Amino acid sequence: MERLDRRLGFFSALPLAMLLAVAFLAPLLVIAVFSVMPQRVFSLFNAPDFSAYRVFFQQGYYGPLAWSLGMALVSTIVLFLISWPLAYGMAKVFGRFTLVLTVAVVMSLFVSENIRLFGWVLTLMKGGLVEGHFRALTGVGFESPLYNVPIIVFGLVYVYFPFMLFPLAQGIAMVPDDARQAAADLGASRWRVLWEIELPLAAPGIVVGCLLSFVLATGALAESKLLGGQSVIVIADEIETAFTYGQNWPLGSALSMVLILIIGALAIVAVTRIDLDTIMGRRR
Amino acid sequence: MPASRSTKIALYLYGVLAIVILYLPLVSVGFASVSRARYLSFPIKRYSTEWYARALESPTVADLVTTSLKVAIIVTIVSMVIGFFGALAFARYHWRYRGTFQKLILLPIFFPQTVLGLALLMWFNSVGIIPTWKTAVVAHLVWIAPIATLIIAIRAYSFDPALEEAARDMGASTFLILREITLPLLMPGIVAAGLFAFLLSWGNFPLSLFTTGADSTLPEWLYAKMVSGYSPLVPTVGIMSVVGSFCILILAFAMTWLLRKARNNRPKGADNDTGG
Repeated sequence: MERLDRRLGFFSALPLAMLLAVAFLAPLLVIAVFSVMPQRVFSLFNAPDFSAYRVFFQQGYYGPLAWSLGMALVSTIVLFLISWPLAYGMAKVFGRFTLVLTVAVVMSLFVSENIRLFGWVLTLMKGGLVEGHFRALTGVGFESPLYNVPIIVFGLVYVYFPFMLFPLAQGIAMVPDDARQAAADLGASRWRVLWEIELPLAAPGIVVGCLLSFVLATGALAESKLLGGQSVIVIADEIETAFTYGQNWPLGSALSMVLILIIGALAIVAVTRIDLDTIMGRRR
Repeated sequence: MPASRSTKIALYLYGVLAIVILYLPLVSVGFASVSRARYLSFPIKRYSTEWYARALESPTVADLVTTSLKVAIIVTIVSMVIGFFGALAFARYHWRYRGTFQKLILLPIFFPQTVLGLALLMWFNSVGIIPTWKTAVVAHLVWIAPIATLIIAIRAYSFDPALEEAARDMGASTFLILREITLPLLMPGIVAAGLFAFLLSWGNFPLSLFTTGADSTLPEWLYAKMVSGYSPLVPTVGIMSVVGSFCILILAFAMTWLLRKARNNRPKGADNDTGG
């Protein structure tokens, strides 16, 4: 039985493991190799050359990287603050409404993110849904909030909302009601319960939600292009330019490598924190 | 420590507000799609369905829909098959590298899709594959097959391995057990995974962006038009794509509901679903 289980497990994992080896791990390896190639070389057999990484520092590519990381950080903090009450409601207060909310949020994920962001452009632009109607009613218009940094952060918050909400709700659901009740009975204030009971016990969900939204927001491209109107160049944008217009593969690869290393480190931390058997409800 | 009444009301209102904000942009796109003017401005003065008629006639749109459908259908079928076996390895069998396998599956989901698309583009180029819609299928699979696996795994966690063991004790072969016990029990999960796979592939933009080569999917074309100048067709085609996915969702819900109803009408005992 044991041996059969082992063999079956191995063989059933094979198709997916092969897919990921060929189409996920191998491409990452190729990027790593290309990043140490001389410029204008499109084959893999050359002496290593780290000039692309030098260019990264000399030509100020840390600027876009800093923008990406900074906006991702701010949007993660905002996301945490706005999602917490809702996740709390989903885990502890709402009954059937949790299902409604879950379905509504999941359904929004099926709409292409660029259609949703474009919808925000139509909503917020001058003469858009908000400003247009406001002007028609009052006769005074106002400047559109589009095409600057805060609106990009708003776009990130909007797009990655589900990736914070669901892990948080999962985390809060793991806080036993007894613990909160006991703390309250012993005279702890609402804030003290939050600080000393809820936050620590919901930590797994918090860590996963924050890392997930941070990582995804760092690599985001469409938000800054559609809502930000190129007011800020993000790192994903620079990578795209290096590969497409610039035809500078080593530079593009080096930029990707820097991003991949940051993201990969965080993702691995997050992934090792998740105990899937518990979260997904193993019976035995 | 139950929440007070006013806290509850505030939380409910907050939840409703979240849903409204989530769908507000689609409302704007919806209005824009029925505006008659070539240059959109709110409030809309004259409504017309002219752009819908044009979109339906346009051969470009027909091409885009065909490409997107091809990609989504193949991704769906492959994800369901790979996900079925993946989920068994993930949740059901005890084998040596199960923990590693579980974490490997999560990595692509955690990875920014734009960067993944670019990495795949380079990979295809360096092994001499010219990107077409077929390479986009591979790109979608890297992200969607793990998600399908997770969805089926939830179902796989909730089923009782004793059922399989009983069948084995009675002499059923591994293949027979898979076909007669495991597959039917996991079916609801597999269908849900297929639904997710189709819809996520249909709407996916960042992975398609770099991996379709000369072909173009619907979200990609919309993005190109959004970045380089407004076309009145953009909101129209966008809404058509969204309505298409929601129709499929509603159809799926209706079918599940009908199936469940039909099953409940059957005499007791005919139903051997363990639930989940």
